[in-house]
Amino acid sequence: MQLSMNVKKSFGDFTLSTDIEFSGNRIGIFGKSGSGKSTLVSMLAGLVAPDDGEIVMDGECLFSSARRINTNPEQRRIAMVFQQHCLFPHLSVKNNLLYGFKRCPAKYRTIDFDALVAVLKLEELLGRGVTNLSGGEKQRVALGRAILANPRLLLMDEPLSALDDSLRFQIIPYLKSVSSEFGIPYLFISHSIVEMRLMTDTVLAFEKGAMLGQTTSEQLARNCMGSSQVGYINLLNLGLPSPVAGLYSYPWGAAQLLISSGSERTGSTAELSSKDIILFKQHPEAISARNLFPCTVCSLFNSGRKIGVELDCSGNTLIAEVVQDAVNELGIVPKSTIFAAIKASAFRLLPG
Amino acid sequence: MIPLTSTDYDAMRLSLQVAFAATLLSLPFGFAVAYLITFVRFRGKMVLEVFVNLPLTLPPVVVGYFLLLLLGKHGWLGSLLNDAGIRLIFTLKAAVIASAVVGFPLLVRSLRVCMEGIDRQLVNASRTLGAPWYDTLLTVILPLSTPGLLAGSSLMFARSLGEFGATIIVAGNIPGVTQTIPLAIYEYASSPASETMALALCLVSVVISMAVLFMHELMARKMARRD
Repeated sequence: MQLSMNVKKSFGDFTLSTDIEFSGNRIGIFGKSGSGKSTLVSMLAGLVAPDDGEIVMDGECLFSSARRINTNPEQRRIAMVFQQHCLFPHLSVKNNLLYGFKRCPAKYRTIDFDALVAVLKLEELLGRGVTNLSGGEKQRVALGRAILANPRLLLMDEPLSALDDSLRFQIIPYLKSVSSEFGIPYLFISHSIVEMRLMTDTVLAFEKGAMLGQTTSEQLARNCMGSSQVGYINLLNLGLPSPVAGLYSYPWGAAQLLISSGSERTGSTAELSSKDIILFKQHPEAISARNLFPCTVCSLFNSGRKIGVELDCSGNTLIAEVVQDAVNELGIVPKSTIFAAIKASAFRLLPG
Repeated sequence: MIPLTSTDYDAMRLSLQVAFAATLLSLPFGFAVAYLITFVRFRGKMVLEVFVNLPLTLPPVVVGYFLLLLLGKHGWLGSLLNDAGIRLIFTLKAAVIASAVVGFPLLVRSLRVCMEGIDRQLVNASRTLGAPWYDTLLTVILPLSTPGLLAGSSLMFARSLGEFGATIIVAGNIPGVTQTIPLAIYEYASSPASETMALALCLVSVVISMAVLFMHELMARKMARRD
């Protein structure tokens, strides 16, 4: 998918002005509330008309103020998943799912209804009304409804923000299936860096109605580390745990991690903040932290007033953050060896 | 048991006939106007709102007089209709038009309240799923406006049953032709010997109005539950 947007839109004091061109299938739009993300996607979907400019997608002009083109939303084939599920309350789950499918011209219908229902695990819900579904079920139905419209692009406008943490991480695999299972490119809008890293490859960062730059989700997380209260969140893929002396031992690549909470599920993911990693120049004599790894320093990077240290721990990558004084005292340079200590309680297992 | 004459039964039949016809006639227009005011941005919206609500504040006799000027033999529309061989003044059709005009703002108000409660994102979702505006209107806005449509209809029906001022001006008070319950009561009340007859029709009017208002309350509760 290739998209170019050179548009301006003003609402009172706020003006969104952007000239962007990008391509890819998993694009993120990142920014704080009020940065213009939702206005941007509304203009792309045709729900809001720009004051001025041009929008071209895959060579087709969707909007041009100069040429007086403004394609109707229903003709753009750009579906949307909203912050709130926005399911039609007077229709059943099945009829909600089929709403866009029935309106899609036959030549574009490539997604099979039964296959989608199976992927999103909606079989049991088809005959039900939508008002009594749980938050996660509603968002899955909303996602299915948008996919079945067979769009050429799917816009996801903060689809996880209305969900609590446990549901949020349960829904992410379904959102990712849009691209992986059904081959539909998507634009994922969020103000969460973790969501950006899980959902996207390329990120367009916005602030106060203007684009700051285009980067990767990983680079974005590193750039934001210094200014973020939670630091850089390391996402660790873990194996099946086994209980060890009141803790749980998780395989993590070639290493073992001791974590205070346990999950029976396979393929757990744990979050670990860069602030929760303590670095030692030498192996400490004794330490209360239950995880201590010899690591090789891969690289250092600046982020605000902090220095990020990229570590190789037995083939796994960790990002720790320190201040410049610590870098000098510990003599942290690329390829040096260093010890990283992490408390067992510092990990947060992601639900799902 | 209070005696009712055949003229009274005619008045009851005509009242119900007029109220049903006025309500049915107004439904599509009321829905369209409520939709325009709620969902469409256009210049002169306030003028339209004031114009729609005018019969609520004007004395019904004034509304009736304006209708007489419009639909009368020498009126702007009446002369055109007269040329086409259609006569409205002092017919049941005129009574229907008078009731429709007076009750119209109540229908539009109920519909507006209901439409304003519809989440705009549902409309946006429908459009991005491939529905043109008229499809969204029929498949999303109309079904979600049903409680407002029913509540507004019942209110308008009740208002039509009680319509007097505009009706007597444009439709007259012809027993068996245009005489509805309020007009019949007026005629009975003008004669001291017909007090019982007036009271009987008043009671009939109260019973019908209460039944309609009960239905209206049921609709209103249904709307509240949906919210």
